[in-house]
Amino acid sequence: MPLIVFKQQLSEDVVLMRLDAPLIASERRPGQFVILQLDDDYGERIPLTIADADPVAGTISILFQTVGGTTHKLAQYSVGDTVQSVLGPLGTPTHIERFGTVVCVGGGIGIAPLHPIVKGLREAGNRLIVILGARSKNLLVFENEMRALADELIVCTDDGSYGRKGLVTVPLKEICGRAPKPEMAFAIGPPVMMRACCEATRPFAVKTMVSLNAIMVDGTGMCGGCRVTVGGQTKFTCVDGPEFDGHLVDFDNLMQRLRAYKPHEEEAHHKCHLEMEAQKLAAQQKAGGL
Amino acid sequence: MSHPTRTQLEQAAQAQLDALKAGQEPLKPRERLALPAQEMPTRDPIARRKSMQEVALGYTEAQVRLEARRCLQCRNAPCVQGCPVRIEIPAFIQAISDGNDAEAIAIIRRASLLPAVCGRVCPQESQCQLPCTVGKSLKDVGKAVMIGRLERYVADLERESGALATPAVKSPTGKRVAVIGSGPAGITVAADVRREGHEVVMFEAFHKPGGVLMYGIPEFRLPKAIVQQEIETLRAMGVRIETNFVVGRTRKLLDLLEKDGFDAAFIGSGAGLPNFMNIPGENLVGVFSANEYLTRANLMRAYDKGRAETPIYPSRRVAVLGGGNVAMDSARMAVRLGAEEVHLIYRRTEAEMPARVEEVGHAKEEGVIFHMLENAKRVVGDEYGRVTGLECLCYELGAPDKSGRPRPVEIAGSEFMREVDTVIVAIGNSSNPLIRQTTAGLETDKRGNIVVDADGQTSIPGVYAGGDIVLGAATVILAMGEGRRAAAAINRRLAGGTL
Repeated sequence: MPLIVFKQQLSEDVVLMRLDAPLIASERRPGQFVILQLDDDYGERIPLTIADADPVAGTISILFQTVGGTTHKLAQYSVGDTVQSVLGPLGTPTHIERFGTVVCVGGGIGIAPLHPIVKGLREAGNRLIVILGARSKNLLVFENEMRALADELIVCTDDGSYGRKGLVTVPLKEICGRAPKPEMAFAIGPPVMMRACCEATRPFAVKTMVSLNAIMVDGTGMCGGCRVTVGGQTKFTCVDGPEFDGHLVDFDNLMQRLRAYKPHEEEAHHKCHLEMEAQKLAAQQKAGGL
Repeated sequence: MSHPTRTQLEQAAQAQLDALKAGQEPLKPRERLALPAQEMPTRDPIARRKSMQEVALGYTEAQVRLEARRCLQCRNAPCVQGCPVRIEIPAFIQAISDGNDAEAIAIIRRASLLPAVCGRVCPQESQCQLPCTVGKSLKDVGKAVMIGRLERYVADLERESGALATPAVKSPTGKRVAVIGSGPAGITVAADVRREGHEVVMFEAFHKPGGVLMYGIPEFRLPKAIVQQEIETLRAMGVRIETNFVVGRTRKLLDLLEKDGFDAAFIGSGAGLPNFMNIPGENLVGVFSANEYLTRANLMRAYDKGRAETPIYPSRRVAVLGGGNVAMDSARMAVRLGAEEVHLIYRRTEAEMPARVEEVGHAKEEGVIFHMLENAKRVVGDEYGRVTGLECLCYELGAPDKSGRPRPVEIAGSEFMREVDTVIVAIGNSSNPLIRQTTAGLETDKRGNIVVDADGQTSIPGVYAGGDIVLGAATVILAMGEGRRAAAAINRRLAGGTL
């Protein structure tokens, strides 16, 4: 059972953790993910991208936002706790080669899975323009790591609290309009952002790879729950992906499928917050009583 | 519909048995043929629509003694020929007839590792019971000696009495074998290879071992406690089980052999890649593979709504596509999860259905509505991409196809709409590509199944394979048979020291 060796709260609802998982750390490649489960009897299995790995130390980094039951519970875990089940690395690794100039767009916690790809592209000798987007400054993650890798870094925030105010698609279009245009683009983030990025690059015919976060159970091709429509064909995100040519992805279908269990998740989220409130209250009472 | 209780069946059997004991034994063949085939006691059909508990309750003692007396003890034993692992069926039935249940299970265990599982899920009517002389004489395979039910009785008795012994393991040989997959094929290989004193490590991608016995076959047909007992036996024998380990990704197969010191490997990873219909609308929300639906319900326990975190789609009207055991399991699971109507759609007729007769019967008793000579053409949804209906098409039977079954032929213009919110596709699996794609030199056929020789060895020396990854989707007993064959070859290879 993987041990948590490091934990950092990056923002109110985003947590970075390093897990002791030597086999995954040595086998994983950029673009791959793990499936994590906190309770083998009743827990759910959730896919999480690998934000970084250290094969020497035998650790992997995961970054997650507390959106459902499992991520809320995991956020309560501390260094020294163990996670019951971690399976991986899963998915087809990113195809990395020396493309030339590559523009990489990361939105929200999508910056985490983008990080190892940017690292790989750097090692392959590409010229890198990185665009990072966040709702506001305090929600921006991995800025320093990305700055160290990028030839050019542009930060956008929705509220203008840092960098340029506005959407990542604005600088993306500007960069695609430069001569010579970039050879390749990667965009990882919420589905709406990825779709917008693909629409931004399409007129310039800049091939744009996206990484999809479909709902999964096993992560090895067995259930087919993660299927997406790509170029009119059905693909399994877990084994055929998670990366696909964004110009061919049916994002409407992806977003509809991501909402399949929405009422359930909202209930779980609500329950988590109620439980946390109850815990806080209990702690306050205890402190007050002393 | 009258539903006989277990007590009623017991009393009827006991009365028959008492009458026999008053007369002369052994019985003459004519007298044996006159004995009634014993009905399996089952849970009440209304009650079980809301229950995950096992449906078939198992024979009572009087029932097994009586059923065993129906066996003619044929010298040519056609039943043995029908059994993929060649259990000495007449011998174990004679032992039951003599009241010697311990001997009966010992005889079965010489050939089969999983009698409690096979007694429940084997398609006996198309294997051992098909050529049974009793069934032939009575011109009804449904009246053959109920071999599987007898097997289940002695296997359950052994387990429940705590008599389940851990098989003896020979002294360590220093050789190591990797078993990939912990389903029926893997369990068999692990046990047979471990017995010879070789170290065995079993790799399972899921968080719990057992493969299809855990994620696929529902609790109401195969209680998970039975599967766990088999796994515990392996552990007691010293087999190490690595869960959350997907060979091909966590570690490559060839690395296990070349870097990690394994002397041989067995691939029993199953046929895990669900087939879809390739019809419009199949990616709408509410369309599931049977694998996904059953895994959520079984392995992830989504039926336990208060406790399980894994959600299951809230369905009111369900269509299940397919006519095999997995289709029956899906339909019956949907009933239990609270669907108001469950429709099973199959493009041939009931006579061609690959599902076991017993499962079809149970599904009908539980209220599953069968639609034969019908197939899905298109799934339709609302503006949120959620399923609202299934366009179906009527079929008729034509000339026999390659499989020997009549070919279903579309009736042009017969389209009509069924109002459903959920569609479960249960039309089989293809082989999972993970190991194939990550293992250079592993030969597969055009369907992606691993090619093996008569010993179960693949194109890579020392690497063996068996079960669904070789056969395509098959049965537990066939997987076990393949596992035994490969294990024997692995043991010969390791004894010879050639690798």
